[in-house]
Amino acid sequence: MTTPPAPDRTTSGTPTSAAAAGTRLDPWLASYAARTGGMRASEIRALFAVANRPEVVSLAGGMPYLARLPMDQLADIAGRVVAERGLVALQYGSGQGDETLREQILEVMRLQGIEAHPDDVVVTTGSQQALDLVTRVFVDPGDVVVAEAPSYVGALGVFRAYQADVVHVPIDADGLVPAALDETLTELAAAGRRVKLLYTVPNFHNPAGVSLASSRRPQVLEIARRHGVLVVEDDPYGLLGFEGEPRAALRSMDDEGVLYLGSFSKTFAPGYRVGWVVAPHAIREKLVLASESAILSPSNASQLTVSCYLATYDWRSQVKDYREMYRERRDAMVGALADHLPSATWTVPEGGFYTWVRLPEGLDAREMLPRAVTALVAYVPGTAFYFDGRGADHMRLSFCYPTPDRIREGVRRLAGVVTAERELVELFGATGGGGSPAVQAPGPDVA
Amino acid sequence: MAAPLVVPGAGPGGRAPTVAVLAGGLSHERDVSLRSGRRVAEALRGTGAEVTVHDVDADLVPALRQLRPDVVWPLLHGATGEDGSVRDVVRMLGLHLLGSGPRASRLAWSKPVAKTVMARAGVATPEHMALPQALFRELGARPVLDLVVEHLGLPLVVKPSRGGSALGVTLVASRDELAGAMVECFSYCGTALVERAVVGTEVAVSVLDTGTGPVALPAVEIVTDGPYDYDARYNPGRTEYFVPARLDATAQAAVAELAIAVHTTLGLRHLSRTDLVVDDDGVPWFLEVNVAPGMTETSLLPQAVEAAGHDLGAVYRALVDAAASGA
Repeated sequence: MTTPPAPDRTTSGTPTSAAAAGTRLDPWLASYAARTGGMRASEIRALFAVANRPEVVSLAGGMPYLARLPMDQLADIAGRVVAERGLVALQYGSGQGDETLREQILEVMRLQGIEAHPDDVVVTTGSQQALDLVTRVFVDPGDVVVAEAPSYVGALGVFRAYQADVVHVPIDADGLVPAALDETLTELAAAGRRVKLLYTVPNFHNPAGVSLASSRRPQVLEIARRHGVLVVEDDPYGLLGFEGEPRAALRSMDDEGVLYLGSFSKTFAPGYRVGWVVAPHAIREKLVLASESAILSPSNASQLTVSCYLATYDWRSQVKDYREMYRERRDAMVGALADHLPSATWTVPEGGFYTWVRLPEGLDAREMLPRAVTALVAYVPGTAFYFDGRGADHMRLSFCYPTPDRIREGVRRLAGVVTAERELVELFGATGGGGSPAVQAPGPDVA
Repeated sequence: MAAPLVVPGAGPGGRAPTVAVLAGGLSHERDVSLRSGRRVAEALRGTGAEVTVHDVDADLVPALRQLRPDVVWPLLHGATGEDGSVRDVVRMLGLHLLGSGPRASRLAWSKPVAKTVMARAGVATPEHMALPQALFRELGARPVLDLVVEHLGLPLVVKPSRGGSALGVTLVASRDELAGAMVECFSYCGTALVERAVVGTEVAVSVLDTGTGPVALPAVEIVTDGPYDYDARYNPGRTEYFVPARLDATAQAAVAELAIAVHTTLGLRHLSRTDLVVDDDGVPWFLEVNVAPGMTETSLLPQAVEAAGHDLGAVYRALVDAAASGA
């Protein structure tokens, strides 16, 4: 092995003559649809692989803290579903979803003032599929979807997949700014753009942590109605408020102009993949057909399990337990930010999973992520939540999964990272080259 | 006539070797490493080897103590996997290591060190500086960067002095871009390697040694419509590969000779991949060498093995057998 190279053995084998064309390792390259053009291998997603290691405090993921679930009872429920209703649970089901579950969903939504008929509900594979169906049914390539600035990364991924153009509207501490929404829709109309949807997360926004003020809700609906734009109300966190009663949903004020997306992922467990959409009659028919062509029917096994849980377990207490736990974690998060990162600013969410942190001037959250991972802490850079490359000055921190002690430790580590990055940026008077692309698909880590 | 790589078939009646593949770890390239580990494990199992895959965590040492595998194959990219430390641990456990030993790994892992050693051995490598962040703290950024550009000219390549997968690497065409490139680089690593960019054909030459001496596989030429960055490496379709590289016979021989010189000069074992650029005059320039080259679906070493007409599983098995016999 330490022998000097012998000239006669420098190449192995007898390769065929040099190919005129090389290989791109993908014989189907010419066959892909245009919509795959923006799909990239992202180093940010690769970095999240490290975030799953236990040494890393991940403030990145939106995973509910399932250890609080009554696992023994859930095991009983799963067993009962198969033992007692196996022939239904394991069979294909209705494209629209199990009727009993749809009735129970009405009961859940009533907590936010929504009155509907079971026929109005379409059960989906998580509300992410509802988002996909709604976009498929309404959005042609080039159509505009208006969304908050910032907006849920998973929704942006769906809109991108359907080749929509997303136009962001500013938000403040009270959510969407009605005047800005009106102005944006007016400008888009003047420019001859077709705006199909207003996508909004009115409660405990992902990633911004803010909620649409009750006083603004009728205003937003009025503006959307006036501009002829359908509202998509995405509400996975509505029951996870830390104080007072749940706010009335937009859908409770308008049953013709609002599509309401609900989910059991955050209030119960995401593993069942059960969500739903509430839609007016004509739209709902199309959503059912679209869903059948995509998946035939949502999982009966999951639906019956969720249904049995709702029928036999005190699910309201479970939601209350979650709320109290997440409030404690929110407190740990904002307390730690005040202690360790006074140079940043952040939202103080009144529910949900996330706070939205503005970094000190000049820092780029994307560029800083490798340093953070080295320091064993992870977050989602703000660029993931914009369609247009903005957001590098923000990061989303989740407080849902780590314990309060881990949250404090994570923020402490993050503070060290910010200090080091600030020194670097001040030294060079520049942020990085901006080579890292935004997260382009939600991935279970950032949903 | 070039001598072929010796890939003996698994001998009849022999006990199947047990192999512990190490993949994952805490480095920025964890994801790539996990993929490499799965691919290699799969190919080896196809040859009858008994393979276990292990992350690098608190369970590893007890697991290796208990398993006592015939061979440990670290497929860890970056950090402890390539800096020699995990390899030290394997040695301390008295197990056979597939791949370079700890000391050789330490030489290869630091790009400035590897370049310096190879330059001393008479191999062409682009002129470079290794600049720690602390230096800029002391001297200020602007005067040092001005000096770097005066001295090395443009374009430049800025890369972390350690690490792979093009993470933190920027091709700098103008002075204005240099500060941003340094910031990006320092997010990955405390020392930046700044080197003169050589324009030419980018190739990677894998070297394998199954116990009969190092043999260079056909050079893989890499053509991208932009930088050969993370996306270009792992998103099939972004990059066009030519195997063998479109080089004339003299240049083919020169790159193979260079890769073997790197392998032997640094004391590497079993496998390595040398990345280099062949300039318009046909001169190969050494850039860096990897002791744990990627083994994913889009990686360069597996492409070279297949282009040479070998079966991946058979080659990996031959490496395992060589390592198991202490070769």
